[in-house]
Amino acid sequence: MTAIPLAIADPGPSFTEVFGCVLQRDLKLASRRRTDALLPLAFFMVAISLFPLGVGPEPGMLRDMAPGIVWVCALLASMLSVSSLFAGDHADGSLEQMLLAPQPALALALAKCCAHWLLTGLPLIVASPLVGLLFGMSGPALTALVFGLILGTPILSLLGALGAALTLGLRSGGMLLILIVLPLATPALIFGAGAVGTVEAGLSASGHFSLLGALLIATALGAPLATAAALRISTE
Amino acid sequence: MTTSKLRLYSFAAPSRFYALAGWLIPLCWLATLGFVAAGLYIGFFVAPTDATQGEAYRIIFIHVPAAWMSMLLYLVMAFWAGIGWAFNARMASMLARAIAPTGAMFTFLALWTGAFWGKPTWGTWWVWDARLTTELILLFLYLGYIALVNAIDDVRRADQAGALLALVGSINVPVIYFSVKWWNTLHQGATISLTAAPKMADTMLTSMLLMTLACWAYAFAVVFTRARAIAVERDAHAGWVAELAKRTIKS
Repeated sequence: MTAIPLAIADPGPSFTEVFGCVLQRDLKLASRRRTDALLPLAFFMVAISLFPLGVGPEPGMLRDMAPGIVWVCALLASMLSVSSLFAGDHADGSLEQMLLAPQPALALALAKCCAHWLLTGLPLIVASPLVGLLFGMSGPALTALVFGLILGTPILSLLGALGAALTLGLRSGGMLLILIVLPLATPALIFGAGAVGTVEAGLSASGHFSLLGALLIATALGAPLATAAALRISTE
Repeated sequence: MTTSKLRLYSFAAPSRFYALAGWLIPLCWLATLGFVAAGLYIGFFVAPTDATQGEAYRIIFIHVPAAWMSMLLYLVMAFWAGIGWAFNARMASMLARAIAPTGAMFTFLALWTGAFWGKPTWGTWWVWDARLTTELILLFLYLGYIALVNAIDDVRRADQAGALLALVGSINVPVIYFSVKWWNTLHQGATISLTAAPKMADTMLTSMLLMTLACWAYAFAVVFTRARAIAVERDAHAGWVAELAKRTIKS
């Protein structure tokens, strides 16, 4: 019988297990509060339908403006919903417990971003062709819009999570978050909406998609680390 | 006290920084006045009238230095904020917070003078040019930083959160610049090109550089004054502030 070392450092759950647990938990929480989960999509649709009322029903102009409108509304819907990403866990103290765990906060930050994207970005992407049809966009332009959103909405979730971590528990956190994150999100907006414009002009949008993809990779590598650091700063 | 070598770290202590800055501020103001006087004299009386833009071009003497300062100060702010966060150096964090309003002021000044310059030469107050748009976004970045650090009551958290935001922002500024530049060339053909400006007369350049030095000196003076105020406010209960108060009352 071999001697059992007394102090085996229990490695605990691995990075991917923590990631999976947090993601599953957030999705389950959302499924219990279905109305809350649908609010970003509802906001997106309502905000978009205000534009024709504001600028007039002229089809040509609406078609030109559609990609920009969809992108700006997606940006706002993401930012408004992301402020509650850590708020609940922060209020009941579970966030601090998760940060106290030996697993890196990076797994937590990544899982939260993924959950936010699945709950907000994905529904927006699914709804965007419908919006494009409302604005009379052509088939290729619609494809470019959807593809751009697939690459771009994760960037919004990643940056939004950073803003949410920085403004955790502050009095006017929601407004502040938007002020902080919107300037950082301008490149995604430019390339996402620009891709549709180039397709409509009869050119290939592959350059835009490459840049959007590069932005996504850079943000995915950098933002969760910053979010983890921001969570530590905010809960100290 | 026996070391004759100047140790720069010693000024990381708010009390010593306070004394040093107090000594430097009058010098900075003196330099500001001198450079402004020289720069404006050359700018208004020596530099020739521009062949194409007439007298309106003279706004360049404040516009370009302000734009340079706005970008430089953001980097300086991010640098000191980062130092303050990484090494827990309180004075560095205070310096970063003292820089932010001056940086925002220069950004606003660059935009404002740009609008005044644009009206007579381009015929419009504003163009969605890559430089203008980036400068506007830079102003938003400054405002976001100031709003964030002011919204957090806990000083330590405010400094660290601000540092993180400033560092993320400084990484983003080049990305924003290039994306805006590309967006601009795609959507509207290059209407105005600032980069292909004709060669400048030497006197114009001299005046612009003198004004830049004036802006530097002004920024130092204002930032030191503000940093001193922040240091006294934060260390209100520390011994050196009490001594300072005693000395001020006596004299």
